[in-house]
Amino acid sequence: MTTVAEVVDRAYRDDTGRAVATLIRVTRDFDLAEEAWQEACEQALRMWPQRGVPRDPTAWLFTAARNRAIDRLRRERVGREKTAAAMQIAELEAMGDDMHDIPDDRLRLLFTCCHPSLALDARVALTLRTVAGLTTREIARAFLVPEPTLGQRLTRAKRKIRDAGIPYRVPPREALPERIDGVRAVVYLVFNEGYEATEGELIRGDLCAEAIRLARLLDHLIPDEPESRGLLALLLLQHARRAARTDAAGDLVTLEDQDRSRWDQDLIDEGLAVVDASTGDGPYQLQAAIAACHDRAPRPEDTDWPRIASLYDELERLRPSPVVALNRAAAVAMADGPDAGLRLLEPLASDLDRYHHFHAARADLLRRAGRGAEASDAYDRALSLVANDTERRYLERRRAALVI
Amino acid sequence: MKYLLLIYADEQAYEAMSEEERHEMYAAYDELMKDLAARGQALAGDELAPTSTATTVQVRNGERMVTDGPFAETKEQLGGYFLIDVADLDAAIDIAARIPSVHAGSIEVRPLVDG
Repeated sequence: MTTVAEVVDRAYRDDTGRAVATLIRVTRDFDLAEEAWQEACEQALRMWPQRGVPRDPTAWLFTAARNRAIDRLRRERVGREKTAAAMQIAELEAMGDDMHDIPDDRLRLLFTCCHPSLALDARVALTLRTVAGLTTREIARAFLVPEPTLGQRLTRAKRKIRDAGIPYRVPPREALPERIDGVRAVVYLVFNEGYEATEGELIRGDLCAEAIRLARLLDHLIPDEPESRGLLALLLLQHARRAARTDAAGDLVTLEDQDRSRWDQDLIDEGLAVVDASTGDGPYQLQAAIAACHDRAPRPEDTDWPRIASLYDELERLRPSPVVALNRAAAVAMADGPDAGLRLLEPLASDLDRYHHFHAARADLLRRAGRGAEASDAYDRALSLVANDTERRYLERRRAALVI
Repeated sequence: MKYLLLIYADEQAYEAMSEEERHEMYAAYDELMKDLAARGQALAGDELAPTSTATTVQVRNGERMVTDGPFAETKEQLGGYFLIDVADLDAAIDIAARIPSVHAGSIEVRPLVDG
């Protein structure tokens, strides 16, 4: 039996983005839209236990939310605002009950929330709040910031949208490629925060699942964008390994040591299908192809390292960065031996000196090259920089296992 | 000669002002504006929205970079201004990105306070 609370929860998860997006389009007011929707859900929680769950819960909730919005426009708009409010009320009243008869406004909401003139952390918070329908508390917890701080971040972002005149629309064609890339960057950042949290425990699966939901939404709203497909595949192929990435104690298990039977084959199949149908060679597609090489290998020794090294080579040409160069060096080390990898690491030392992954990768190659004492020093350096508890324990274990 | 007078003030102090204090300050501004206008000395003058509404635009190697917040570097100095009237922030950013100095310098886009 599903309870009333479960039905409302479900509608909240599935329909918030769409309902709020339309209410914002009409009223141009993020707070009013969010609160009207929220109050409709609260009303349902009060009324449905007695009256029963309506046949179409979403239609009921959207109608209730429209009515709440109309009430507030009538009450709160004064003076010069009254004329605009009258037109907004008329538009809300003219809408049918079925939200799905109204064009989907989520794309403009997504572009507005990911506008480059908002601070990156504000884009992330606002997207999760309004498009994905997470509560302020959930987002605060996921990013380990106090709830009032996160609330302020949201308030400031909404105020900037209003006061700076950020338009609520899908950007025109000529600006679209750059702006879609901005949306993808926000989605990827949400995923990465879940995949490798900067502090505390390593994996926050909820954030990864939200990022995948957003990537699916973007792919649905603007179909056949090769890079959006690439992003979705990349997230699926990485998320597929989550159960095997930590052991019973919550400690990090490297790709090499993971129990591959615990990988999620459904996600892998879906991700591989996207990669195999891929038509372009943008950065997300290249990264997805790299993840695919790992996910395809039944055993670590089956991994196609030369292919991974050449994909990183392409990625580095497209998006030169010391971190990509580091990954390429690690792949080359697997293909051609630790000395080849160490040679590629040397020129990165100055750029990546404060990056614990650099020292951890270098330590591992030194270990494999039989240079235990140097490896130990490199682990010390990595440990002095790492902030994540799980990774710290992992590095300590690796250092302790060195043969010097 | 034409001169641009730039007004620097502490936003937090402004936020902390009472309704009465603000009223007094705006009345003083009004008085000054009226006096200058009567003498034919005032060409334009406006209040800017707070720095929390600011956006900074740069173009480097043909690539547009848009960031949240006011222009913060101290290496560059204020060298001019455009006052524009367009539909929204995107249109303002598009124009900012066409200002020749955007390639080496930065353009801060700040809305004016309405009304």
